[in-house]
Amino acid sequence: MNADADAAVRTPLRTGRPHGPVHRFELAAVAGVWRRELALYRRYWTTTTFASVVEPTIYLLAFGFGFGSLVGVVAGYRYIDFVGTGVVATAVLFTSAFPGMFSTYVRRTFQHTYDGMLSTPVDTHELVTAEATWIAAKSGVYGCAPLLVAMAFGLPPAPTMLLVPLIAFVTGLGFGLFGILVSALVPSINSFDYIISGVLTPLFLVAGTFFPLDQLPPWVAVLAQFNPLYHCVELVRHAVFGPQPLADLGHVGALLLFAALMWVLAVWRMRRKLID
Amino acid sequence: MISSDAVLGPDHVPGGPAIRLGGVVKRYGDVAAVNGLDLDVPAGICMGLLGPNGAGKSTTMRMLTAQSRADAGEISVLGFPVPAMSKQARALMGVVPQHDNLDEELTARQNLEVFARLYRVPRRERAAAVDRALELAQLTDRQRSRTVDLSGGMRRRLLIARGLVHAPRAVLLDEPTVGLDPQVRQQLWTLITALRDDGVTVLMSTHYIEEAERLSDEVALMSRGRVIARGRPADLVADHAGVRTEEFYGPPRRLAEVERIAADLGFTTRRTGPSVSVLRAEKITPQARERLGQGEARASHLEDVFVLLTGETVE
Ligand SMILES: Nc1ncnc2c1ncn2[C@@H]1O[C@H](COP(=O)(O)OP(=O)(O)O)[C@@H](O)[C@H]1O
Ligand SMILES: [Mg+2]
Repeated sequence: MNADADAAVRTPLRTGRPHGPVHRFELAAVAGVWRRELALYRRYWTTTTFASVVEPTIYLLAFGFGFGSLVGVVAGYRYIDFVGTGVVATAVLFTSAFPGMFSTYVRRTFQHTYDGMLSTPVDTHELVTAEATWIAAKSGVYGCAPLLVAMAFGLPPAPTMLLVPLIAFVTGLGFGLFGILVSALVPSINSFDYIISGVLTPLFLVAGTFFPLDQLPPWVAVLAQFNPLYHCVELVRHAVFGPQPLADLGHVGALLLFAALMWVLAVWRMRRKLID
Repeated sequence: MISSDAVLGPDHVPGGPAIRLGGVVKRYGDVAAVNGLDLDVPAGICMGLLGPNGAGKSTTMRMLTAQSRADAGEISVLGFPVPAMSKQARALMGVVPQHDNLDEELTARQNLEVFARLYRVPRRERAAAVDRALELAQLTDRQRSRTVDLSGGMRRRLLIARGLVHAPRAVLLDEPTVGLDPQVRQQLWTLITALRDDGVTVLMSTHYIEEAERLSDEVALMSRGRVIARGRPADLVADHAGVRTEEFYGPPRRLAEVERIAADLGFTTRRTGPSVSVLRAEKITPQARERLGQGEARASHLEDVFVLLTGETVE
């Protein structure tokens, strides 16, 4: 090592101190994790954005025009508008549960990123909160893409549409946390296939995205109450076609409950994996 | 120094140890990775934790950051009880893990920026802290390179600099030079020495005898989850192995004979592959020499102490 490096070590090395009091939950810890996400996002935003926007758009166009030409009007709406609002939930699911599962798993087991972070003043609950809120923020943005496409095909704009990013954020938070939870449960990365086929696909199909649930046997409607994606679809439709305050309060409550439950479980399982 | 002691934890006593482990036990199923470990690391020294693979060095390091929870015993770091107040301790501590966990997709600079934030370096000081860490790692001109494109030595330097970006009071280095070529190792040794000279408490694990001997003010010999001896390297060697060791080579019959005579004369011996080492060879009298014959003399070193105390080899 040369003299420069020696001098660099000697200069202000005794300053290490906690900057301000240390609390159980610190926004600064969360912001530190976001800083890393931001750096990664800056590098990969084009691919992320492409995948997140194109995939739901394909669903929208395929179903909207494919089926739309057969059905025309569904539940009182043009079919393309019906699907355009429903596919918001699909976009949210794709941009939250998948990164929650795969990125979290890779970072924990292959890259040991979280081990590094937990050796700094960051605890598991802050780490999980940071990862989930970052995912949710992306869902909040990308979730709007199908709506914009639908508007391009004639969906009339409404001021309450501005609530859609919020709805997408809360739903994305729950499913991001669900993904993180699953990433801490599976024995290997291949096991995600079971979760995708066994859990996510059914949720995605029975959410009222592509067809109204009242066409199905009544017990499906009961089951749908337990599907967070259904609540998301309902809220988005109401935000676009006209709010139903009382019902919407229930839907928001269901999504918040889902996110809270997933947070508790995800933190618990991640702590078991990261701290031995 | 006195005013900055104010940032230390409630258990800190002025002049007391920076790191303290008492009766610490950590089990994984039937394996006791750490098994009744006692160790005080005085503030401002470089303490070497020397032991073979599996001795429990990494487990000990992880317990100091509360990433591993002890089954029994007491731990405090910089006066903060761990794990209860571990977060406060981590804010003042730098950690360099045994296995590289740098963000490969990010640049050298970005890796440091992320950790400067995680370590709560205030915004206005952050850029300077990152610049200083880059200089430390001698990566100023490679700061825009992605980590995946850096050489093994550069990555290791970056990993160390990452743990120093917030100017910590104590640094944990887990096998900092393992797998590196001698030239890079030499660079890191200079860096670690400079840290210690600046008053930072360094706890460094290693299974390289030379590294422990050259860098440590004190070494703790670790075997099977315990510290079995500690002290200044020279003192440990003098106390247990004397000044010189003589190696006797020959056919198995000759080696057995040397062992028998040495034992008869009261010398301690150990087998090392093709030879028998007789410790404290400076004490061999002319009469003893007639019975024992002449071996190849060399200075005693820590390895002799280690083998003597544990029956195991380190490297
Ligand atoms: N997470 C773990 N699960 C099970 N056994 C472990 C775990 N971590 C360490 N061990 C065991 O504990 C012992 C000490 O390991 P370690 O602390 O890594 O030693 P060292 O760092 O000195 O090589 C070894 O026998 C190792 O196999
Ligand atoms: Mg180790």
